[in-house]
Amino acid sequence: MTDIPKSYSATGEIGATLQKRSLWARFLLDLKKSPYTARFGMVVIFFYIFVALFAPWLAPYGESQVFPAPYEPWSKEFVFGTDQIGRDILSRMIYGARNTVGIAVATTFLAFLIGGSLGLAAAINRSWLDQILSRLVDVLMAIPSLIFALVLLSIFGSNITNLVLIIAVLDSTRVFRLTRAVALNVVVMDYVEAARLRGEGIGWIMRREILPNILPPLIAEFGLRFCFVFLTIAALSFLGVGIQPPTADWGSMVRDNASLIMFAQYDLRAGLTPLLPAAAIALLTVAINFVVDWFLQKTSGLKDE
Amino acid sequence: MHPIIKTILVRLSLGLMTLLAVSIIIFSAVEFLPGDFTEAILGQLATPETIAAFRKELGLDQTALVRYLNWIGGVLQGDFGSSFSGKGSVTGGTGGDRSRDVVDLIAPRLWNTLFLAGMTAIIAVPLSLFLGVTSALYRNSIYDRAVNVTSLTTISFPEFFVAYVLILIFGSLWPVLPTLANVDAATPMLERIQRCALPALTLTLVIIAHMMRMTRAAIINLLASPYIQMAILSGASKREVIIKHALPNAWAPIATVIAFNLAYLVVGVVVVEVVFVYPGIGQLMVDSVTSRNIPVVQACALIFAVTYILLNLIADIIGIVTNPRLLHPK
Repeated sequence: MTDIPKSYSATGEIGATLQKRSLWARFLLDLKKSPYTARFGMVVIFFYIFVALFAPWLAPYGESQVFPAPYEPWSKEFVFGTDQIGRDILSRMIYGARNTVGIAVATTFLAFLIGGSLGLAAAINRSWLDQILSRLVDVLMAIPSLIFALVLLSIFGSNITNLVLIIAVLDSTRVFRLTRAVALNVVVMDYVEAARLRGEGIGWIMRREILPNILPPLIAEFGLRFCFVFLTIAALSFLGVGIQPPTADWGSMVRDNASLIMFAQYDLRAGLTPLLPAAAIALLTVAINFVVDWFLQKTSGLKDE
Repeated sequence: MHPIIKTILVRLSLGLMTLLAVSIIIFSAVEFLPGDFTEAILGQLATPETIAAFRKELGLDQTALVRYLNWIGGVLQGDFGSSFSGKGSVTGGTGGDRSRDVVDLIAPRLWNTLFLAGMTAIIAVPLSLFLGVTSALYRNSIYDRAVNVTSLTTISFPEFFVAYVLILIFGSLWPVLPTLANVDAATPMLERIQRCALPALTLTLVIIAHMMRMTRAAIINLLASPYIQMAILSGASKREVIIKHALPNAWAPIATVIAFNLAYLVVGVVVVEVVFVYPGIGQLMVDSVTSRNIPVVQACALIFAVTYILLNLIADIIGIVTNPRLLHPK
């Protein structure tokens, strides 16, 4: 009643703008300013998540339900036709979202858990532990990860558990490097020293003092790492040593239906069939790259020029 | 000693140590083989004697150090041991060990892979330099944007997607190029190039984006430095500024990224060889992983890793050698 200012007040104006926005409001504001590429990326990512979560309800048929009609053309009954032993391609694509993307997400999380915690520990320790881990990572990173993964898969055999573990460990080296590098800048801060002096344990310092301050580059890295892991798993599955049948997976679907491509002269849709799962992989990586690009520009103020 | 020689020597010895460590890792892979592995290789009919003989041939009765020294000694002399496949014939009684020497399997395929990688490099490197320099020259023009968007999208495509799109276009809809790159030693050069066209094109598209963007970024980065301002103010044309003043200082980052991408070819080549059924060492490696033919996998991995490390080493050394601050110490 009384706080309606009758005359102009400078403090009043500043006070009005100082109103703290909630996290959600700030997010909405950022969203409004986001470039259309990032919006496109977010829509695609949400679509994939939706399909992956509700796969059993969305798919017209079961994941490995076999019909007595291999290589059926596109029709009302089988929207994208059937594969080499008569499984509905559309259903396998939908379940593939769950398997391929799900496995890649799990692997990336594991890689961040390993690489992130070791990287933080190395940055805090900065002596023997740091030396040992850094040299180990140097050597592991000297071998191309696809090649290393092939060696390990030939030793341990290819199943999903091994695949996730192997790729996660190989990829955690990159996460380790980044976490250690960004954490080193934060470890020397006074507030970390203060926490150490008041007797906090290494776990507390890692989680409560350092992690919140290095989160933005790690989140961006999570997106890029996910793309990399996703492509590696897809490549391995495509090569036949990754996710094994009958699990529906985009990489192996490309391989199984590849021969159809030569029929494109007679029926373009047949030729497109093997490209669908490959395009699904490509679309997701492009979408994530767009979003990460926007996120990086926003958090670091980094511009292209 | 000249500081530059010292830096290079340090880098070389570091590279040698990495090579040593990598060879140990690849070798010790065998240590983790599950216990029933000999049976899996020799088949269930294997008698305890043949299993013992096989273990002895693998050297599993010796200490790891002795085995490593034997293996690496052999590798240095070009002997990668003998393949696992065919070992089962010991029990079959068809005339002893029919397994082939790994080196005989690898040698012709290695040449094929090098041919494909070389062909890709010859196309991709000049093309990406040209695109990078021109897009820096015409920065923010429509040309620059088009090149940028295209490269950003191809960079995030899996190799096999690019490969199959190319097959669809050039092999199926408009059949001008062969989609199977099944060459052998007797294939004449011209036909070999024609058959390798699609695989080389795929690899080019995969690696060109990164090289081009780095070239562009390196040059644009330099354009902000004072001596470039000076050159512009002295009246040099845009082209002259970039070619005469910016490019010489950009060589180090560009060389690094080229070597890095050629090293990346090593990985990309595996998938592309499988798509086009190209008889290279990548395909051999994938086949050997499926059949768990460990000696062949080890040999291929070692070759890939050594190439990768050497290319990175070369990139580093080029970076050191072309750094003017190291060349002319105070």
